[in-house]
Amino acid sequence: MIEIKQLHKYFGKLHVLQGIDLNVNKGEVLSIIGSSGSGKSTLLYCINGLEPIQQGQITVDGIPVHEPKTDINKLRQKLGMVFQQWNSFPHLTALENVALAPKIVRKMSKDAAKTIAEKQLRHVGLGDKLDVYPSALSGGQQQRLAIARALAMEPEYMLFDEATSALDPELVGEVLDTMRLLAEEGMTMICVTHEMSFARDVSDRVAYFHQGHMEEVGPPAQIFGDPQSPHTRKFLASVR
Amino acid sequence: MSEPISFFSGFQANDLLFLGEAAGRTLLISTLSITIGTVFGIFFGWALQASRWLAQTTIGTILDMFRSVPLIIQLILFYNFFPIIGWNTSPFAAGAVVLSIYTAALVANVARGGIEAVGIPMRRAARSLGMSYWQDLRYVVWPIGLRAVFPSWVGVALSVIKDSALVSVLGYMELLRASQILITRTQEPFIILACAGAFYFALSYPLSKYSQKLEESWTS
Amino acid sequence: MDYNFHWRPVFRQLPDLFEAGLLTLEVAILSMILGIVLGLVLALLRINGPRPLRWIANIWVELARNTPALFQLFFFGFGLGAFGLHLTPYLIVLLGLSFNNAGYLAENFRGGFLAVPDTQFRAARSLGMTASQTYIRIIIPQVLRIVYHPMTNQMVWAVLMSSLGMLVGFRELSGETQFFASKTYRIFEYFAVTAVIYYVVVKIILIGSKLAARRLFKY
Repeated sequence: MIEIKQLHKYFGKLHVLQGIDLNVNKGEVLSIIGSSGSGKSTLLYCINGLEPIQQGQITVDGIPVHEPKTDINKLRQKLGMVFQQWNSFPHLTALENVALAPKIVRKMSKDAAKTIAEKQLRHVGLGDKLDVYPSALSGGQQQRLAIARALAMEPEYMLFDEATSALDPELVGEVLDTMRLLAEEGMTMICVTHEMSFARDVSDRVAYFHQGHMEEVGPPAQIFGDPQSPHTRKFLASVR
Repeated sequence: MSEPISFFSGFQANDLLFLGEAAGRTLLISTLSITIGTVFGIFFGWALQASRWLAQTTIGTILDMFRSVPLIIQLILFYNFFPIIGWNTSPFAAGAVVLSIYTAALVANVARGGIEAVGIPMRRAARSLGMSYWQDLRYVVWPIGLRAVFPSWVGVALSVIKDSALVSVLGYMELLRASQILITRTQEPFIILACAGAFYFALSYPLSKYSQKLEESWTS
Repeated sequence: MDYNFHWRPVFRQLPDLFEAGLLTLEVAILSMILGIVLGLVLALLRINGPRPLRWIANIWVELARNTPALFQLFFFGFGLGAFGLHLTPYLIVLLGLSFNNAGYLAENFRGGFLAVPDTQFRAARSLGMTASQTYIRIIIPQVLRIVYHPMTNQMVWAVLMSSLGMLVGFRELSGETQFFASKTYRIFEYFAVTAVIYYVVVKIILIGSKLAARRLFKY
């Protein structure tokens, strides 16, 4: 379980997260929606320990992320992350992209790393692209490569930071399908997204962020059907 | 009581004058070579760009040799070659000729880059407005290309100033050779080298920073 | 023209010149290895090193780039001599060239590091890689590709600059040539042959680098 308690985060003077309380249970799919600058992406970076926090606490399976004595590299193996810019490593083939971290972080043998990399590339539908360099892949394929790369660490949670918003419209579908597949397989996921249909159809809960606050959180039917906060209502009206 | 020992013992005021004159000669031979070399370099660069293979195989190959052989070897070679063809020349003249060709070889590459930086669509646009080939070169290619490669040209000029130190091998009394002579006489290598180094640095550093600034402000 | 060219004595001396050429290559290659290692350190220090070290790196880079290479050799020769440290001609050239290479390469490396998007760094860290794993496996290989061409140029420069050895008494290719030339007074002939050797060496480096790039960078 991921537990976030009274989280405050500043960028200099800018108060980007103003007291967030949120729990994500095992097996749950949580979508976070909201306009840009609402702090939703920053929350993901904080969960992964890529950003320091100023107040409050985040624990993953009881382990505090921002304690100095926590082995953050070990903890990150539990947390797969997929970014808006797909960030494939351009100097490595698809297979090497995925096999690298299992080999050097999980200390797997070369063969074992290769096996798991192949398995995950097939999983996301890139089984025929093993020896291709990222420059020869489309944006959608590169994003699926990034998903496979995260999955090869066999994480218990997946964090998606606007995984589809840098893609050409015709490539969004294939990435969403892969995310949907993971959700069906029971992966615990936190998805910061602008895809309202994904949030509505796939998530167990949806959270709406507004100016550093979590305005409301609940099942998709409630958020989309009967939003309580006027901000949520206004936002949903604007994206529809 | 021992005699008071001065750090500057042996190094006197008129030695500084001697260094100053030598620095003047460094400036003289490099400014002259940069000027001549730039004029020829621009012409060669244009020729390389305008007529592909003819210029490429003739001028291109020759200029490439000047970039692929150490300057010091070029200097010795030409200094000893000119008398063979009956031209008994001074170190200064031989040095200036070689440095000019060397500069031209470097500038030719820069100039070609500048012309290519303008791009075909822009030049087509110019010609479509009815400009002649020469008008296009004068009013479109020159200003745009110059802007694109001016920082690189400054880099070439600075490297020629630094490389002019090698003319010392012919006996031309420029700054580093003067320093060497003073060092042998006064046995004060540190202070003399510091003076010489400071001169080059004071000349090169501000100019290189300035061209870097220009480059940043032009690319952004 | 009443000058008679005498090439025969030069050709008789060719094995010695080739041997000296190997010494030139040796010192150029060693100075490149030292230059690359030092240049990487200088670049990283300039990007985000602690204050005093960053200043030292800045001074190093600016001195190497804004003074003549010959001045730098003189410094390692006469300059250090002022402090009672007398290096051999070999060391003067090796250290002088390494100092110069490191300064120029540091600027190239700095540009290379800034050209790799920092999202690459974040992506690697999010997979649990440590900072040093990220640098060694992800960042530096990409930087090396960006700086590969400038690095090749610097290698050519190192070969050309090593000819300054003859001014500090080092008998690499140029020093050896001068030695024979002054013995026989066939200065033009000797230096003409040496010029050809330099030209060929430079071409081999450029072609070799191009071929190697094809194998190294498949992406």
